[in-house]
Amino acid sequence: MQYFTPDMECASPEKMRALQSERLVKTVRHAYDSVPLYREIMGKHGVAPDDIRSVDDLRKLPFLCKDDLREAYPYKLLAVPRSEVVRIQSTSGTTGKRVVAFYTQSDIDKWDECCARAIVAAGGDKDDVVHVCYGYGLFTGGPGLNGGSHMLGSMTLPMSSGNTDRQIQFMCDLGSTILCCTPSYAAYLAESIIAKGMRDKISLKAGIFGAEAWSEEMRREIESMLGIRAYDIYGLTEITGPGVSFECSEQTGMHVNEDYFIPEIIDPDTGEPLPEGSRGELVFTTIAKEAFPLLRYRTRDICVLSRKPCSCGRTLIKMSKLMGRTDDMLIIRGVNVFPSQIETVLLQEGYSPNYLIVVDRINHTDTFEIQVELTPEMFSDTVKQISRREKNLVAAMRSMLGISPKVSLVAPRAIARSEGKAVRVIDKRKI
Amino acid sequence: MTIDQLSIFVENKPGQLLEITEMLGNAGIDLRALSIGDTAEFGVLRLIVSDASKAFATLRDAGFAVSLTQVLAVSLTDTPGSLGRTLRVLAGANINIEYLYAFVTRKSGGAYAVFRVENNDAAAAVLEKNGIASVGLDELV
Repeated sequence: MQYFTPDMECASPEKMRALQSERLVKTVRHAYDSVPLYREIMGKHGVAPDDIRSVDDLRKLPFLCKDDLREAYPYKLLAVPRSEVVRIQSTSGTTGKRVVAFYTQSDIDKWDECCARAIVAAGGDKDDVVHVCYGYGLFTGGPGLNGGSHMLGSMTLPMSSGNTDRQIQFMCDLGSTILCCTPSYAAYLAESIIAKGMRDKISLKAGIFGAEAWSEEMRREIESMLGIRAYDIYGLTEITGPGVSFECSEQTGMHVNEDYFIPEIIDPDTGEPLPEGSRGELVFTTIAKEAFPLLRYRTRDICVLSRKPCSCGRTLIKMSKLMGRTDDMLIIRGVNVFPSQIETVLLQEGYSPNYLIVVDRINHTDTFEIQVELTPEMFSDTVKQISRREKNLVAAMRSMLGISPKVSLVAPRAIARSEGKAVRVIDKRKI
Repeated sequence: MTIDQLSIFVENKPGQLLEITEMLGNAGIDLRALSIGDTAEFGVLRLIVSDASKAFATLRDAGFAVSLTQVLAVSLTDTPGSLGRTLRVLAGANINIEYLYAFVTRKSGGAYAVFRVENNDAAAAVLEKNGIASVGLDELV
């Protein structure tokens, strides 16, 4: 099996453009008619649904950003009656407010299809055993690849994350052939497999690794450790989850599922769309979603789009690996972390907002440390009391961020003050 | 009778103790006793000094996390089993010791133990009832 949906994945540019135009017009009309907030935003921007007649008119629409989505929490961007919604997914919380995305059954089916395309592009078909150790739950990683594998008809192992011994045992006993997880967990699994001397017992042939940035060096390392081909996959909860774009056999970028999502590259400062091949901020418009249509959503991810013909035969536009972000968001072990979230927790817990985040990647796993200044008032004479404070702060951070940092309490004023913009993050990872 | 003890938060890095002791030395403050409680990440330096309030102000003004705690000091006879007798009294009264350190003084040659307990008055009372008197700073010379 070469393609899951060849008519879409290999459509002529003219056909794809016509389809996109038709779907865009419909989506704009649907959003405008169903969501008061869209009427307000578009009204303010002086644009009406009738102004949007084709993909060329896309740039007339205003942008949406993450703050708009947080403001809309929980229901203000829902575009169907609640009775039509069958699922929600959510991003990790930021400053107390999460982004919740809604799905109708048809939205789920399309998302599953996107992931099925990714699995097929990685060489999968119904005879494969797809081992999913992305997290399940509100996080889109597990449900997305799980759904794609189901739709393809592959035997799906809904392993979720953690419990490495059990992952390896199932991998060996059930003959997993395609591994889906974060690249850092893939590397960790690979090391564990080798350390246990189980390299000969596994049947993996490919991996689909996403939710965090990874380098070509890391790809080669995972590939050689596990004896597989490692493919990148991209997505975000706001747009649908993993499968917005996926890598093919050429491994030189990710094909965007353009029949469902229109990508644009803009200048992050001016908002002007940039020509193909320019580096800039990635913006998506969903053109087939019912429950949660998003028009020109700014991802804050920086990359390049390219229509250069691909040896795999797909005509879908390709996006490069991510080259950075336009905001201060960090992705640590696959989880989105904003320094502002950390600041919120510190203030809630009575600490000074002087802190330093130190992120590194050691043995392919992200390390995450927060150095926090103790205030003179919170210090007493016992080690026990300070250790308890540290522990409480880790718990508060975990509940806000979804992952546990190592908290290091330091002396008051130990963290360097800066006269200009404070340095809050030291990211030592080489990606 | 209780004694003022200084506790100072110290990061686990070279030069921290030096900086503190030099600062106190320059301020003309004499160290009587010193102990450190530590974890892998940080330590708590505990000091009994000649002038606790001056030392406190000096360190606080220098930006250290420092606190003053009332602790109990008792005189021990420098003989085997002597600390045990004191501990048995406290254990008998169900008094938990957060930490303690012991030292011998220069002039009198006496041995002393410094206790940190939850309730100083209760501990002092039960010690006194058993003939163990708590001592003041003057004696620790």
